[in-house]
Amino acid sequence: MYLSSIFTDPERAEKLIEIAKTSLWPMLEGAIMNTIPLTLLSFVFGLILAVLTALARISHVKLFQGIARVYVSIIRGTPLLVQLFIIFYGLPNLGITLDPFISAVIGFSLSVGAYASEIIRAAILSIPKGQWEAGYSIGMTYTQALRRIILPQAARVSVPPLSNSFISLVKDTSLASLVLVTEMFRRAQVIAARNYEFLLVYTEAAIIYWVLCFFLSILQQYMERRLDRYV
Amino acid sequence: MISIKGLHKQFGQLEVLKGIDLQVEKGKVVVVIGPSGSGKTTMLRCLNVLETPTSGVISIEGQSLDFSKAVSKKNIASFRRLTGMVFQNYNLFPHKTALENVMEGPIIVKGESKETARKRATSLLEKVGLGDKMDYYPAQLSGGQQQRVGIARALAMEPEVMLFDEPTSALDPELVGEVLKVMKDLAQEGMTMIVVTHEMRFARDVADEVIFMDGGVVVERNKPEEIFTNPKEERTRKFLNMIQ
Ligand SMILES: Nc1ncnc2c1ncn2[C@@H]1O[C@H](COP(=O)(O)OP(=O)(O)OP(=O)(O)O)[C@@H](O)[C@H]1O
Ligand SMILES: [Mg+2]
Repeated sequence: MYLSSIFTDPERAEKLIEIAKTSLWPMLEGAIMNTIPLTLLSFVFGLILAVLTALARISHVKLFQGIARVYVSIIRGTPLLVQLFIIFYGLPNLGITLDPFISAVIGFSLSVGAYASEIIRAAILSIPKGQWEAGYSIGMTYTQALRRIILPQAARVSVPPLSNSFISLVKDTSLASLVLVTEMFRRAQVIAARNYEFLLVYTEAAIIYWVLCFFLSILQQYMERRLDRYV
Repeated sequence: MISIKGLHKQFGQLEVLKGIDLQVEKGKVVVVIGPSGSGKTTMLRCLNVLETPTSGVISIEGQSLDFSKAVSKKNIASFRRLTGMVFQNYNLFPHKTALENVMEGPIIVKGESKETARKRATSLLEKVGLGDKMDYYPAQLSGGQQQRVGIARALAMEPEVMLFDEPTSALDPELVGEVLKVMKDLAQEGMTMIVVTHEMRFARDVADEVIFMDGGVVVERNKPEEIFTNPKEERTRKFLNMIQ
């Protein structure tokens, strides 16, 4: 029905092309102004949090281990959307009202922090014990061995899985539309609500996500090839 | 001078070192032999404090650690710098070149300038015959070359004593000689060395003393010509018969 109408009714086809054209820029604007910054900021903060959490998990201080474990368990055991709702719609009940974008950055950072901490922890544990010992044997402290010997190697091991997390995050930011961040998908919803061309507009949004992720996966392959060179 | 007194090491219920007493004078080379599981590696690792002994006193050139009491991390780190460890499987840093492997300790631990560290690392690598491989990564080097980098890396910290744990046993036979030669040169320069090895030729030619360990104790110690031709203990004789 939908498709045949495009071919039999040239006027409708023209109208659809017009809608596709006019909605493209607002969506791209949403991607540039919100989706991409939201992804980048959340990933950077998330990674910092993830490294700290991973270090807490492998530390010998029971309190740090405990805090890290509870944090990871809560984030992994609850839906991201629910976390975002608690931050944006829930916290105002405690008198904490946050801007939508900031709420989203907090929510996504916490999420990346928990999931990526598991990746980083596994990477650190995958480095042979002999590497620590070689560091100690030339007089390094725990911190020196960690910083100079273990983390650089763990970083290489982490690149492929972290790239996957990054690509997932790009797509997950569409959830921010539900806490009123005017990122790309929110724009799509607004446009579609006006002209009722849901299929067209949402497909257009999907294509933009796909193109973004496609370029990211090329970048990922390039990085992996570079890191593979010597190890 | 290195002195080990009453060294005990227990892993859970398993007592691996049952009271080791050992003195090694400065500039001497001691070769440690003994059956698998006799505690040779554990003893070296205790000297390098990679394992914390259950009890005992270790002193090296006047600095000592008494493990019957609690020892601080700081004391352990400074004590470690007295010993250089060469591992059976090299344990080079794979993300660093040969030169960077050797420079790492002096820069990070001793706080030397890059220039000073580079100069000494260069001359150490030349000394172990790797002047042309300095910018290679470990994965690009043969086992024998990697082990020589490992020796240079330990030497860069200017240790009082070098500890070798079966440095050639992971190597293809044709690569063993190049590593032993570097060790022999070191011995001739007067480096104090404790070497766990099955290379009896090396023990005969280089060692001042051979120590036979079994079951976590030193069973017999003597000059190489004595212990190899005329072992006093039955257990030593059995072991030597088995490996020769
Ligand atoms: N970290 C550890 N935890 C538990 N047991 C250990 C540990 N390290 C060593 N052992 C045990 O201690 C004993 C002595 O081991 P060690 O490696 O010192 O022997 P070795 O003389 O070096 O033997 P090899 O000739 O096979 O290298 C062995 O029974 C070993 O299983
Ligand atoms: Mg051993």
